[in-house]
Amino acid sequence: MSKTYEQLGITDLHAYYGESHILHGIDLHINRGELVTLLGRNGSGRSTTLKSIMNMVGRRTGSIVINGNETIETAPHHIARLGVGFCPEERGIFSSLNVEENLLLPPTVRSGGMSLDEIYDMFPNLYERRKSVGTRLSGGEQQMLALARILRTGANMLLLDEITEGLAPVIVQKLAEVLTQLKEKGLTILLVEQSFRFAAPIADRHYLMEHGQIVEEVKKDELESKKDILNTYLGV
Amino acid sequence: MTMIFGVPAAAFFGQLLLGLINGAFYALLSLGLAIIFGLLKIINFAHGAQYMLGAFAAYLLLNYLGINYWAALFLAPLIVGTIGALIERYLLRRITHIDHIYGLLLTFGLALIIQGLFTNLFGVSGNRYPVPSELSGGINLGFMFMPYYRGWIVAIAVVVCIAVWFLIEKTKLGGYLRAGTENPALMQAFGINVPLLVTLTYGFGVALAAFAGVLAAPIYSVAPGMGANLLIVVFAVVVIGGMGSIMGAIVTGLAMGIVEGLTKVYYPEASNTVIFLVMILVLLLRPAGLFGKEA
Repeated sequence: MSKTYEQLGITDLHAYYGESHILHGIDLHINRGELVTLLGRNGSGRSTTLKSIMNMVGRRTGSIVINGNETIETAPHHIARLGVGFCPEERGIFSSLNVEENLLLPPTVRSGGMSLDEIYDMFPNLYERRKSVGTRLSGGEQQMLALARILRTGANMLLLDEITEGLAPVIVQKLAEVLTQLKEKGLTILLVEQSFRFAAPIADRHYLMEHGQIVEEVKKDELESKKDILNTYLGV
Repeated sequence: MTMIFGVPAAAFFGQLLLGLINGAFYALLSLGLAIIFGLLKIINFAHGAQYMLGAFAAYLLLNYLGINYWAALFLAPLIVGTIGALIERYLLRRITHIDHIYGLLLTFGLALIIQGLFTNLFGVSGNRYPVPSELSGGINLGFMFMPYYRGWIVAIAVVVCIAVWFLIEKTKLGGYLRAGTENPALMQAFGINVPLLVTLTYGFGVALAAFAGVLAAPIYSVAPGMGANLLIVVFAVVVIGGMGSIMGAIVTGLAMGIVEGLTKVYYPEASNTVIFLVMILVLLLRPAGLFGKEA
């Protein structure tokens, strides 16, 4: 798999909710197989960036190229079909569906997704609770379900929004292992993350966001040298 | 003569059957309303007019094209459902981004226009639609006489209600509908064409109303105002059952028909208001409805 294949290319992206101008010209590029994080404080525009890629915001301008397709005019339900899997911050587990129905809900968008058995191997808890109502699960199990759900679809680029938020350390550790496995499988991952300590060991690159703009790009080997910048923006 | 709680058995069962028939219509109509409300969050005030359109479609198909009752049972819902889908696609979709109360106003206006148009064309008095010959006559059950057609209404309404319940609660397509009811934006992010789902859902709810209209044509007169009268009671049924609950709509519909029928036996003066009394009681004790989830 060529490292130079650009899976996601965002140029001068502006996004608006009604009258509010949220994103002010984002430029962001991710190659196939990379794990990239969006770091920043609450309200810096990280979640909005993911939602803009999914065309879930009010209005957006600029350019978003996914797998070679310009998508700025594309309807939301066609974006998933380009191989994008989205895991929203609120997890979006459906309470009218049980765990297995939740898992089977998103349609297959590409071949090569994980089978139900592989998913249950990766998340044994979900197998045990497959007949439970989705929202009866613990927070950690719900997060795993939200993640597992998009692995079945064959999406090869995952947009993950705050997946470690509010979870116990042992579950955060499990999620780090899962992300590492997915990266080894060649999946491209864009991760919005609050916890720098979670993101630092697993990510190839980090974008720092503030006030709806990307203020700095930090590569994995620059973490030491750019420590001061990270401190300024994240307060780590 | 056999008596039941001081009432002749024939009268008791006769009213029970009438109640079940009314209940069958309440169930079919509130089911459609519940499905539409679930996904579109719109209270479909045109539902009564669409029920009337179903009856008129059957009437016109028979009188102008010679198409019989059995074919109309499929064709009328198809035609009226398609009209419903077009209404959603070209009218309701334009106002999805604003307060849902506008959907109520729009469908209410549509109902007035449709009813006005039909009153203009066919007058207010009803038109007769014959009972299909296969179902004319009836049977003496010993305790009462049951016309075959009335038994058919109750049976087919229950079958259709259960089939719809199964479709929504037990199939993949129904899963899309349930999930879309909860979080349409996320469904779309998963690659599901939610706008199309919404159009088809509205069309389906309307088709159910039209189906009820065809069932009603042989026993009620086919008149422009036939749906408007029924719809008020159906809304009360929906409130009692709880907005958006599929099983709730079906069970409450049948139950309220029976309650109404039995009230006719024991205290006829209250038979027109009993459903509204139940509604008030339910609103006081369980504001979300008998089957509704607390918000």
